[in-house]
Amino acid sequence: MLATKVIMDQGIHVEGINFFTGFCVEGHTHAIRKKDKEKQKRNNSLWVAEQLGIKLHIIDISEDYKDIVLNPKHGYGQNLNPCLDCKIFMVNQAKAWAFMEENGFDFIITGEVIGQRPKSQRLETMPIIARESGAEDRLLRPLCAKHLPPTVPEREGWVDREKLFDFHGRNRKPQMALANELGIDEYSQPAGGCCFLTDEHYSRKLADLWDARGERRYEVDDIMLLKVGRHIRPANNFKVIISREEGENNFLSGYKREFTTIKCLSHPGPLALVDGNPSDSDLELAARLVARYGKARSADKATLQIEPKGGEGFVIEVAPYPAEEIPEEWYV
Amino acid sequence: MTEQATHQLNTRRLLCPLPVIRTQEKIRELQPGDILEVTCTDPGALHDIPAWCRVHGHTVLGSRQDDLDIIITIRVEE
Repeated sequence: MLATKVIMDQGIHVEGINFFTGFCVEGHTHAIRKKDKEKQKRNNSLWVAEQLGIKLHIIDISEDYKDIVLNPKHGYGQNLNPCLDCKIFMVNQAKAWAFMEENGFDFIITGEVIGQRPKSQRLETMPIIARESGAEDRLLRPLCAKHLPPTVPEREGWVDREKLFDFHGRNRKPQMALANELGIDEYSQPAGGCCFLTDEHYSRKLADLWDARGERRYEVDDIMLLKVGRHIRPANNFKVIISREEGENNFLSGYKREFTTIKCLSHPGPLALVDGNPSDSDLELAARLVARYGKARSADKATLQIEPKGGEGFVIEVAPYPAEEIPEEWYV
Repeated sequence: MTEQATHQLNTRRLLCPLPVIRTQEKIRELQPGDILEVTCTDPGALHDIPAWCRVHGHTVLGSRQDDLDIIITIRVEE
């Protein structure tokens, strides 16, 4: 927001690009969980575009992004976050879009600040991003430009370098002061994680998915489901995804055709999906787990409906799994 | 009263921002004056699609709820 405003204030036309990778925190979890539905549903990038009065283009890169997640040339951060490769890829995609004849832009700006992020925003990574994205010296970072060599827009005089900044480090006070000076009094929470791949728990679930499949691959539906419900893996060949509340129940019910489903008939309880290739005894175990997470938890017996993927549905009576007996290592 | 839709877009089951992305892609194929009716199930689309329309200068003619469906009607502008 700040970088855009700084450039707009020099009389330059700016439009925004926002990428959808499938791992975006914003949006999905708010849309799924009922308790989050009460929260404001604002899409921050659209909100920023409105505040600035610019167009925003939201681009779906989720398919091509798989290769970045699966094979990051520069490696992962603390979890499965390929931040440097991600940045390079996004700048490359922005360049491809911006320099298309029909769009006709002359350069790209980002809000990067040297030292603000440990993996992707360091002095030594700035030229790597510019070079490997192919944007080269048409990539301008208005907030820390004075620490970097002049780019094409500065050398050509399209942008006045003297009006750019020399911010660095994790301290955001200078940016907040500039925001205040520019009359920006509301902005999205700084340093808030916006990518599930930086989340330890989520990364563990993704790694578990790859382990169980014996190969590192995913579909967009897989990564959506990792954001929802309790994931319990009693064995390598199957995993049970149990909804935690009504919103997740509704979301999981959209996958009835693609997965085996389990629902308790005798007591109120959650909907569950079974991922993998469960045997009949695995399904019985899964049903016991599902019963444990519903009102049947303290009952001696519960009756559940199992709808196998592509098979004939049947009813099963089981003893709910005692909570204290579920091995800790089953929880993904 | 909303105008008669000339084009339909189904984004049921998709979560934001995908309904916005599909709307953006569809509108790129349309002509000014065309009326697009987008059907979604993610309540977030009720905020995001009108916001996207505002920044791109398209007009939201109305929105309504039909059971679990949310239907947003848009007039494509220049």
